Amino acid sequence: MSLEGRSVAAAASLPMRRFDAVIVGAGGAGMRASLQLAEAGLSVAVLSKVFPTRSHTVAAQGGIGASLGNMSEDHWLWHMYDTVKGSDWLGDQDAIEYMCRQAPRVVYELEHFGMPFDRNADGTIYQRPFGGHSANFGDKPVQRACAAADRTGHAMLHTLYQRNVRARTQFFVEWMALDLVRNADGEVLGVVAYEMETGDVWILQSKVTVLATGGAGRIFAASTNAFINTGDGLGMVARAGIPLEDMEFWQFHPTGVAGAGVLITEGVRGEGGILLNANGERFMERYAPNLKDLASRDVVSRSMDQEIKEGRGVGEHKDHLLLKLDHLGPEVIMKRLPSIREIAIKFANVDPIREPIPVVPTIHYQMGGIPTNIHGQVVVPRDGHHNTPVPGLYAVGECACVSVHGANRLGTNSLLDLLVFGHSAGGHIVAQNYPAQAHRDLPRDAGDAPRARLARLDAATSGESVPEIANTLRKVMQSHCGVFRNQELLAEGVSKVMAIAEQVAHTAIKDKSKVFNTARVEALELDNLIETAKATVVSAEARHESRGAQARSDYPERNDADWLKHTLWYRDGNRLDYKPVNLKPISVDSFPPKARTY
Amino acid sequence: MEPIAPDRMKRIAWRCRRGMLENDLVLSRFLARRGSALTEDEIGMLDALLDLPDNELWDIIAGRQEPANAAVAPLVAQLRNP
Ligand SMILES: Cc1cc2nc3c(=O)[nH]c(=O)nc-3n(C[C@H](O)[C@H](O)[C@H](O)COP(=O)(O)OP(=O)(O)OC[C@H]3O[C@@H](n4cnc5c(N)ncnc54)[C@H](O)[C@@H]3O)c2cc1C
Repeated sequence: MSLEGRSVAAAASLPMRRFDAVIVGAGGAGMRASLQLAEAGLSVAVLSKVFPTRSHTVAAQGGIGASLGNMSEDHWLWHMYDTVKGSDWLGDQDAIEYMCRQAPRVVYELEHFGMPFDRNADGTIYQRPFGGHSANFGDKPVQRACAAADRTGHAMLHTLYQRNVRARTQFFVEWMALDLVRNADGEVLGVVAYEMETGDVWILQSKVTVLATGGAGRIFAASTNAFINTGDGLGMVARAGIPLEDMEFWQFHPTGVAGAGVLITEGVRGEGGILLNANGERFMERYAPNLKDLASRDVVSRSMDQEIKEGRGVGEHKDHLLLKLDHLGPEVIMKRLPSIREIAIKFANVDPIREPIPVVPTIHYQMGGIPTNIHGQVVVPRDGHHNTPVPGLYAVGECACVSVHGANRLGTNSLLDLLVFGHSAGGHIVAQNYPAQAHRDLPRDAGDAPRARLARLDAATSGESVPEIANTLRKVMQSHCGVFRNQELLAEGVSKVMAIAEQVAHTAIKDKSKVFNTARVEALELDNLIETAKATVVSAEARHESRGAQARSDYPERNDADWLKHTLWYRDGNRLDYKPVNLKPISVDSFPPKARTY
Repeated sequence: MEPIAPDRMKRIAWRCRRGMLENDLVLSRFLARRGSALTEDEIGMLDALLDLPDNELWDIIAGRQEPANAAVAPLVAQLRNP
């Protein structure tokens, strides 16, 4: 293992270690990929800001979608149809076919790894019902979600972590990747990383690098995402000159606790909870006379936003609505919704047995990300080709855009995405036979850019406060790039975010200490939040249509003639480009665009 | 009383970053309120709690489960009643 000994990169004079593969991120996606590499005998380093099993995947409860057909007849083609329709036809149909066909296989594989799935009496995996899952092309609901009680994400992380330890994956826990190392030919040769315990900066040199850094939900004020979801992988590729795809598409959950973000499940409205505005009116009766409070996530979110915009919001700032439960009675609440009551008491200071819960539409999931193909290779337009792989770079999971979710993700398809594309990236990397290849020389300036960022922070004695700027950014994104968007709001949002970007370059931190300096980590995270926010608001302003999660009041219709295409945002020049949606599946007929009605 | 080693406290502060927003919120509020005034004993209890998986930690904070290690009970009480 002499290759992995500590040495110094002559060019960069940073301490260095070498691996066949470096994976940034130890969530479901990163650990699924690393497992395959380690089992194939590659030397693999996996970096994570937090202990692997504390990655955000742990929060997932609902399940993993796969057409096992254990409850009633199901077929991958029906799953594919639901996914294409859910994506509002922005998803690439080759990637969607691949994912839905692979789904049963990756679920059984996880079962074989020891994942404690819920079971039917006959021993097969039990499958739950979930919104948007249908049999026979929208005919009737089908039970497709495979879960491990309400601990699906937790069980998945533990299962994968155990297997990785056995396969000798090397975990670098509490290490933060700062930037990619790229040479003049554009090849990716590893990452520059920050060791939190010492404050040291390292080069981790590799033959292949995989980004699996998860979502970036912390760019919004109201977010269900954990604090660590700051879009680090997105910032890293943007700074390396690689575009970000479809960043205007963010899924909202209608009921996050106002001011906190914590998610209140749909189940509450299923039990009879209703939404009220400042006048005490059950406004969903106006927007969705049939389904009312149980209409789909995007419909309820838009209606809530409309109420707030028209001045019928609740509270001092008229900025939220109320979720009323007290009419269900204390017995029902205590028996069926105890955890919701706990959340309301802890985070909203109300006991739903007596008072309604303040709620707002809350950012939940990022559909866009780093552009990849079905092998997980990061792809960019080059020489007239739309999808040319970047040598040595892969991305998987929520940070990637394959694109299987298009303009709107179907519930349970994210955990599936992690498994399928974690697996396919792993397989593709193993096939390149990297252990037989030599490491490429590092460029002379390797590590200079992130070191300059750190040096600036260390030298700055006065400047903008990192938490204040981050909060301003989140507020601007929330009010200018929220549920309902229009030209005026977005244009103003673009100029505000660009002004904040200027401030980000002039931050200062008081604490200059080395060991576990959270202030420095937050400053480094802010560099990634700002790139993600710029990509989001600029892409949203330019897209003059409503599709999936992008709802524009000035362009209320989907416009396939002009906008059936993927957005690509480049950091350099803050510029946009577009590429076609792949409407051609691998082996079946295309599902041509039609109106998305449920 | 021995002063708390600053590096130890800073390590704990980072480890309050969790996979679930619920825990992030409870722990960050707790640190903002009590962080600088925590005793050596309390830091030991917090450290032990932070080793738990996120779901278990949240179940304990939410009162749905008691910690297996009874020694941490005084700190759990503080987290439960901010
Ligand atoms: C409350 C909630 C419930 C959900 N429920 C479901 C569900 O039921 N079904 C479903 O399909 N989806 C669900 N989702 C979505 C799904 O959980 C996520 O999309 C998915 O878990 C993301 O996994 P990931 O592996 O891409 O990233 P994560 O699990 O977020 O992991 C990211 C990893 O990257 C590391 N990292 C980040 N930046 C750096 C850096 N700079 N250096 C080093 N390491 C870094 C982190 O430490 C972490 O290890 C839910 C989401 C939420 C918020």
